[in-house]
Amino acid sequence: MRAIACLCVGAAMVLGASDTRAKTIRVEISKLLFAPVEIKARVGDEIEWVNNDFVAHTATARDDRFDVELEPGKSGRVTLEKAGAVDYYCRYHPNMTGRVSVSGQ
Amino acid sequence: MSARHLAIASTILLMSSALAAAQDAKPTDPQIAHIAYTAGQIDIEAAQLALKKSKNKAVRSFAEDMVRDHTAVNDKALVLVKKLNVTPEDNATSKALQSQAKKEQAALSKLSGKAFDAAYAKNEVAYHKTVNGALEKTLIPSASNDELKDLLGTGLKIFQGHEEHAEHLAKEMK
Repeated sequence: MRAIACLCVGAAMVLGASDTRAKTIRVEISKLLFAPVEIKARVGDEIEWVNNDFVAHTATARDDRFDVELEPGKSGRVTLEKAGAVDYYCRYHPNMTGRVSVSGQ
Repeated sequence: MSARHLAIASTILLMSSALAAAQDAKPTDPQIAHIAYTAGQIDIEAAQLALKKSKNKAVRSFAEDMVRDHTAVNDKALVLVKKLNVTPEDNATSKALQSQAKKEQAALSKLSGKAFDAAYAKNEVAYHKTVNGALEKTLIPSASNDELKDLLGTGLKIFQGHEEHAEHLAKEMK
């Protein structure tokens, strides 16, 4: 029983440890929508936008911290270096908006 | 408002009535395809005029966006009508659009510098508003083929983006 408990704690530690590793969060663009429209990330994580539309888009932060060009059928990435919430939009189609909440490590 | 601005404003009003005419008799898919393609082509030509005349960076980059997006939508439309074996059919609405666009181009051609930039931006807001209204109220509901309806729907979202972008541009050009 004790061994099982230890195993569980060990597994939890491993899972917990993997949680602090930087990950890539994918945002799909289809028919002029960012999906998911709102994401939560940590400093060091990467966002990958995949443009499934036949027109070009951008993912442009309102506070200028990133501006990623997304050609039709292509993807683009950015690594989040700063904590805080940021709203972003597409410069070509400003009716497209999204949001990232970045927490510290 | 100058005489030229008045001329442009009345041209846009006429365009709205041309598109409103499409509401009276429900257009067929071949006609809808022709109207949508023509409307895109008109905006490409306006953008080409802007690229020829304007030195303003924001105006030029907006015009480049219009050429790129409307070309992409029209290319997609051509592929679709071919696949569906639909031959776009010229009609009164397309003709009215073309003849009004000619007048609008002529009025814009007479302007230069800041006056041109402001008039172009204002026109783009009004034109996209008119076309988007026609898509929403007439063309999309009238389309019987699902793939055509779907493409027009995506087109509408793209052009609504243009309308908002044009509004920002028009504010900047004031």
